[in-house]
Amino acid sequence: MTRSEHTVLRVDDLTVIGRPSHVEIISDVSVSVRRGEILGLVGESGSGKTTLGLSLLAHCKRATAIARGRVEVDGSDLATLSEKGVRRLRGRAVAYIPQSPASALNPALRLRTQLGEALHDASLSRAAALERVREVLREVALPDDDRFLRRYPHQLSGGQQQRVAIAMAFIGRPDVIVLDEPTTGLDVTTQAHVLETIRRMTREYGTAGVYISHDMAVVADLADEIAVMYRGRLVERGRTDEVMAEPRHAYTRRLLSAVPLLRTDGHGPAEETEEPPLLRVSALTAGYGRTRVLEGIDVSVSRGECVALLGESGSGKTTLSRSVAGLHHQFTGGMLFDGRPLARSAYRRTPEQRRRVQYVFQNPYEALNPRKRVRDQILGPYRHLVGRPDDPERVVAEALERAALSSSYADRFPEQLSGGERQRVCIARAVATGPDLMVCDEITSALDVSVQAEIVTLLRNLQDAGMALLFVTHNIALVSNIAQRVAVLNQGRIVEYGPVGRVMAEPRHEYTRALIADTPDFQPSFAATADQVR
Amino acid sequence: MTRLIAVRLLFGALTLWAVSVVVFAATQALPGDAAQLILGRDATPERLEALRDQLNLHQPVAVQYTQWLQGLLQGDLGTSFSNRQPVADFLESPLRNSLTLMGLAALVATPASLAVGAFSALRRDRGFDHTSSLGTLVLASVPEFVVGILLILVLGPGGLDLFASVYSRTGGPDQWILPALTLALAVAPPIVRMMRATMIEVLESEYVQQARLKGLDERVVLWRHAAPNAIGPVAQVIALQLAWLAGGVVAVEFLFNIPGIGKVLMDAIANRDVPLIQAVVLLIAGIYILVNLLADVIGLAANPKVRVSARRAAPRAGKVKVTT
Repeated sequence: MTRSEHTVLRVDDLTVIGRPSHVEIISDVSVSVRRGEILGLVGESGSGKTTLGLSLLAHCKRATAIARGRVEVDGSDLATLSEKGVRRLRGRAVAYIPQSPASALNPALRLRTQLGEALHDASLSRAAALERVREVLREVALPDDDRFLRRYPHQLSGGQQQRVAIAMAFIGRPDVIVLDEPTTGLDVTTQAHVLETIRRMTREYGTAGVYISHDMAVVADLADEIAVMYRGRLVERGRTDEVMAEPRHAYTRRLLSAVPLLRTDGHGPAEETEEPPLLRVSALTAGYGRTRVLEGIDVSVSRGECVALLGESGSGKTTLSRSVAGLHHQFTGGMLFDGRPLARSAYRRTPEQRRRVQYVFQNPYEALNPRKRVRDQILGPYRHLVGRPDDPERVVAEALERAALSSSYADRFPEQLSGGERQRVCIARAVATGPDLMVCDEITSALDVSVQAEIVTLLRNLQDAGMALLFVTHNIALVSNIAQRVAVLNQGRIVEYGPVGRVMAEPRHEYTRALIADTPDFQPSFAATADQVR
Repeated sequence: MTRLIAVRLLFGALTLWAVSVVVFAATQALPGDAAQLILGRDATPERLEALRDQLNLHQPVAVQYTQWLQGLLQGDLGTSFSNRQPVADFLESPLRNSLTLMGLAALVATPASLAVGAFSALRRDRGFDHTSSLGTLVLASVPEFVVGILLILVLGPGGLDLFASVYSRTGGPDQWILPALTLALAVAPPIVRMMRATMIEVLESEYVQQARLKGLDERVVLWRHAAPNAIGPVAQVIALQLAWLAGGVVAVEFLFNIPGIGKVLMDAIANRDVPLIQAVVLLIAGIYILVNLLADVIGLAANPKVRVSARRAAPRAGKVKVTT
């Protein structure tokens, strides 16, 4: 038996165009996947990888169409299928696992219904179908009892929802499975479990997997073969270890070097200074109503230092950063900024204090007013906190420059900016008032890994210029690339606090050890490691 | 959920009380009084005085109101000034007529506008969608009595002569068609528009895309995946419209000469018949409150998040806000 006989998915010279503009969204893409193997489809947002993924299910998004090329699943050409044939293909031969199961599972239907309807085999009796549902739930390590089947999606955690989506895809034993960034939005521990499930299921079912992602670290960990997409074209394709060892295309090298390395000794060692810290939080306890979220938090940030707050979703890290910024009032405990107490509510802080503490939000797509130009976004807080500028253009240009954007961006509206550019504008807005402390709440989690690396470089430059940062994140690899000290939050308490190098090398708390173990340890072996983004 | 309903009923009762105070005050502000209107211009001062005594019109306004409220709390709506019958008996037949009319209108308008709205969403930006959106816009901007008059001119004896345009006690069931159709056309447009907007939103959602990518039949996608998620917000609009029927019925009854509560209310106002006015207004307000409560319950029941958490932790249900 030759290898090609196992090939179950073959895409030849596929081109998808937008209508009516005839812009090619993906151009002449050819890939093939064998049974039991996973193809990692890597690229940044807008590179056309989701368009390619959906075309494997004969689905085109609104206003797009396949112009030429063919997609072949198990020997049959998808272009020749009728509408009914397409329906028969989906869920049986090709299944899809969505990026965000929270919005892809129907909120109004019980799991039993949603899982059961994905099983199209009409020859099965009701009892046999239910048995199959239970079997596949066990395989993805979820409970299979009636109580679980009666649940609605909102009663599950994010990781459980994603495993339900995986179960839903595998229930019909498809030949090909398309996974569209299924771990984005999950924290590392859950991501590790989900990836493990995907790997095991594709092997056991002999399914060909197409794993779409922007994160080289995840793909390197999971895929047998890697295809790199850039601006709608396939720029590199090969076995994973070969691509990792010898990336041929410059873009692949850029993607590889954008992944933050897990083990570094932090961004310079923490300096012990006599100077009192800029921000000192002591014995802080915070919550919402009667629910306690944080307990006994002690953190301090010195001038020019970056302290990372590391924790998974629900650990209380955003509550802490919002308390520092004066956005969350329900807390007790001490908070000293530059030797003076900070009032709980931002309203009661002095304008000077508000100017000196600035906040950058997680999602740049929601943090900018869509009806205002970049110039006005930056000047708004400046006018309010500093006063009417003599030369507004200079203020805007300087702020943009510090955020590594040219002053020509001042006239643009947010919708004319990419995600990374938006986040830079958010940073420019924060630095315009000349703050001493910047609170960054997961500011890279909505961005691609390649963009994330650029933002990290930017933050390091700001920090070198004397800015103190409180950097909130769930990504342990980022911590070691930006922070001097790290506070690990688990269930509202700081379980570990110390210099980054020490915490990474010899974590004392088992939770930190588990976090480090679950993060894909990415070691690019190619020679270009030297030009790692600094 | 039980607690939510109880709280809403309590607020409903408060609203009714406030309505009764306002209406009572309004009747006092009207010129003339019931005695004068009953006895006519030629009444002698002695007879007027005697009748006023009999109707308790001499007592202070507050006392009159308190007496009426006491009666109401004991289940007694009072006695009509003008025809000396107990209000409850007098209202029975008009109420039945009005409820028939409203019920017919609701039965026609709700499913039809849901279907038109859903179909417009499916045919978005095509002929059917444009036609229905123009049609609903025109209907929504024309008052219901104009619609009624147009219907009479076209379908009534003046035009095609298909249906009767005036109610008579001996008339057949077809005399209900034109008034019910008028009311249905008056309440339908907002329901159509809301259903269309909600369905478009739901059809664009990721879970509908996922259902299609699962290879489900388009009908299953529509009815099992899309419709249940659209029903919550639309139920609110349906309720508002059906509640509007309770008041909107007045003009239509007048137009088609149907002896319903609308006509009773107009006569009662002309006669300064305070107990009758109070009873009819409270009835209309009560229908308003009940229909809205029903819509909230349906909206909550269509949302599994609320439904499940209400079942598991009953005390929290009171805090649940209705999301539209």
